[in-house]
Amino acid sequence: MSPTSTAPVHAMPREHYLNASYGIRSWLLTTDHKRIALLYLASVTFFFFVGGIFATMIRIHLLTPNGYLVSPENYNKLFTMHGVAMIFFFLIPSIPAVLGNFLVPMMIGAKDVAFPRINLLSWYIYITGGCFVLYSFSTGGLDTGWTFYTPLSSVYSNSAVTPAVIGIFINGFSSILTGLNFVVTIHTMRAPGMTWFRLPLFIWAQYATSIIFILGTPVIAITLLLVGLERMFHLGFFNPALGGDPILFQHLFWFYSHPAVYIMILPAMGVVSEIIPTFARKPIFGYSFIAGSSIAIAVIGFLVWAHHMFLTGQSTYSALAFSLLSYLVAIPSAIKVFNWASTLYKGSISYDTPMLYALGFIGLFLIGGLTGLFLACLGLDIHIHDTYFVIAHFHYIMVGGAVMGYVGGLHFWWPKITGKLYPEFLARMAAVVLFVGFNLTFFPQFILGYLGMPRRYHNYPPEFQVLNVMSTAGASILALGYLLPMIYLTWSMRYGKVAGPNPWPATGLEWRTDSPPPADNFHVTPEVDWEPYDYNNRPDLGLAAPLAPSHAPAHGDD
Amino acid sequence: MQSQLPLYPEQASNFASSVDSLMVFLSLVSLFFTVAITSAIIYFFFKYRRKQVNEVGVPIHGNMRLEVTWIVIPFILAMTMFGWGAVVYVEYRHPPQDTLDIYIVAKQWMWKAQQPTGFREINELHVPVGRDVKLILASEDVIHDFFVPAFRVKMDVVPGRYNTMWFRPTKVGRYHFFCAQYCGTNHARMGGWVTVMEPSDYAAWLSGSSGAEADPIVLGEKLFVEKACSTCHLGSGLGRAPSLNGLYGAKVLLAGGSTVTADDAYIRESILQPSAKIVAGYQPLMPAFQGQLTEEQILALTAYIKSLQSQPVPAKGAGVAPATEKK
Repeated sequence: MSPTSTAPVHAMPREHYLNASYGIRSWLLTTDHKRIALLYLASVTFFFFVGGIFATMIRIHLLTPNGYLVSPENYNKLFTMHGVAMIFFFLIPSIPAVLGNFLVPMMIGAKDVAFPRINLLSWYIYITGGCFVLYSFSTGGLDTGWTFYTPLSSVYSNSAVTPAVIGIFINGFSSILTGLNFVVTIHTMRAPGMTWFRLPLFIWAQYATSIIFILGTPVIAITLLLVGLERMFHLGFFNPALGGDPILFQHLFWFYSHPAVYIMILPAMGVVSEIIPTFARKPIFGYSFIAGSSIAIAVIGFLVWAHHMFLTGQSTYSALAFSLLSYLVAIPSAIKVFNWASTLYKGSISYDTPMLYALGFIGLFLIGGLTGLFLACLGLDIHIHDTYFVIAHFHYIMVGGAVMGYVGGLHFWWPKITGKLYPEFLARMAAVVLFVGFNLTFFPQFILGYLGMPRRYHNYPPEFQVLNVMSTAGASILALGYLLPMIYLTWSMRYGKVAGPNPWPATGLEWRTDSPPPADNFHVTPEVDWEPYDYNNRPDLGLAAPLAPSHAPAHGDD
Repeated sequence: MQSQLPLYPEQASNFASSVDSLMVFLSLVSLFFTVAITSAIIYFFFKYRRKQVNEVGVPIHGNMRLEVTWIVIPFILAMTMFGWGAVVYVEYRHPPQDTLDIYIVAKQWMWKAQQPTGFREINELHVPVGRDVKLILASEDVIHDFFVPAFRVKMDVVPGRYNTMWFRPTKVGRYHFFCAQYCGTNHARMGGWVTVMEPSDYAAWLSGSSGAEADPIVLGEKLFVEKACSTCHLGSGLGRAPSLNGLYGAKVLLAGGSTVTADDAYIRESILQPSAKIVAGYQPLMPAFQGQLTEEQILALTAYIKSLQSQPVPAKGAGVAPATEKK
């Protein structure tokens, strides 16, 4: 059942974006969106590795109630730097800047993004911000928590807060410019025939994400700048001793940082919406509902931020409003899950690695999303707020959801990016290892949280030890699950089998050109006269004639 | 004692069972959807496995009836969760009348509790079983959070303001309390024990231990003179500032015609930022004490002002609104 078993033996194209020019300058000064995607791939992988090392040390430290590995100061730095590296420098840029940069122009049939040089500028801004943050990590570290709550961060912390907030401030412009680039590209550069409702769902997801980038990121940038100003010049924005309001910081912070969760998960949902119809070989169920729900999530996601603040003493009416809105944002997520599951019905389903990741994503996102309902529930949040229940919940969303989507997407498009196939059996094993390791790591933390273990604790009462040991054991399996793809994907770049233009086969425009694509993406400008994921009217894919929809119950909504 | 691997903490307050019921309801709904969707996926996965390499699926584009169903049903369930959770939360945020009020002051990295008699304890809190207890929370530095898992209650302790929380202990015993809001280096060590006692034991404990401690009313009276409050706030009502007799708990008439209840938060604000609310008929003369008093000194002043509750209110020169305006 290997995708190439009946396909002819392919050869690499003679000229493609990877060998179009040589030398370090040709990479560092490139304006090719595909090369910029690879620059991002290398840099976000670096930050994932940094954040992963911190996570490993955290889990080892928590093996015993008194934690012998590091001091309290260093433990606080570990979880802070883990969060900052993972959220701002891995999760937020991962799918948009790597897969998005590579795919957005290709999927809509364009030669590049609208502003190629600004695209390169985004990467340099990201690297500059990253350097400030690494400077903070290596000169005193950062111990405020990734949430930078005031007045701890603005007055009391003795760590290198100022370079870190400057780094995140700078990095914000990278997100804003990427979002702007994508919005303009999607509006103006679609190939002939690529109407809005023929767009791949990944594009809809990137579009929704870009809106959040543009509208939300300026708020976090300014907010962290205010923290820096209060720290350096003692201006009283948040410090009550100077007449400031510490809760104001939380409003501003979560106004961006809650939508930021959707920055992480929406693109992953886009990836899953590509993978599932491809490996079920049928149109996605409810295209317009999945596309519309991405936009709904992006919009409603801006109206729920104060659900992080139910126990700060905010007014009861405010809490009621934000709880209600938080429940509303759950509906579009539910719509997506139901539609993905229904897409499998009467499909022609294969077990290829990207499909395993996509199905794993649904399972983990389901748990992550449902436990979000627990936290949105006002009465229940009194108990589980700020406990390990929250930690488990958001790791299910960000790691189980976003990272599974990212790694699944990397596998799906790896043949397009590199022109090579990865070892299929090993990849399937890795997907299973990741799924099992993830659940073993984070499911016990739901129970820990309900039992009352607060988050950000370097030591804990002995009754919590069994569950912590389980979690650490799971984390070691999880680590293996991440190392395997890093190794075999790198290996496959040189030694993998040649993939050919469309190994799966998939229906998107990006598969109608060479793998790897030429520098200008397409040899001729493509024209689109088919609907998305339409396997039945695509003789070019070389597949069997469709089964007649003999007893299909559907009265199509489109 | 609980089993080796419990799923929930001990239930020791009036909120424990209502929070646990919510937990059970949400868990059951979640379990249902997880099992239903996962089994559908697994079933489809095997049933519609690709049999021939070139096979494609049946083109089904969607179904409006199904879409409506899976929007409406989750919506109804979500609104149920919202409503039920809101009921518990609203009860929690509105303490009943006649509570046992205990002041909690948090600072990096310790908790001080002050019983109504003025007795103070550190990282310990003693409360009687069956009595509504209200905690009035203040912080000297950063944001902390008072969290008692066995009671299923927590509340942030925010510098610059008072937050309140309440509970009614239902079971005698000793229970962990934690700081749940990350507050710096020794956040994880900033915890202690709540001891729930029989009312008679509590009374005995309180009388046996309070003698050694300074009475906050006495301390507050001393501060009242030291900080020169007493030069303007004359009990007779003839000073440049309103008399504080009978103030606590009464309605105060403000310049501009509105009224405010003189509770802990109002008194605190009036000490720290006097110009925020000016009593009708008085000039904004009082200096701001922002940054000049510790939380404990503010509590002592409040206790002293509270003790003036029973003093005769002068006919003129008090901030207390005329009786007709009282509820």
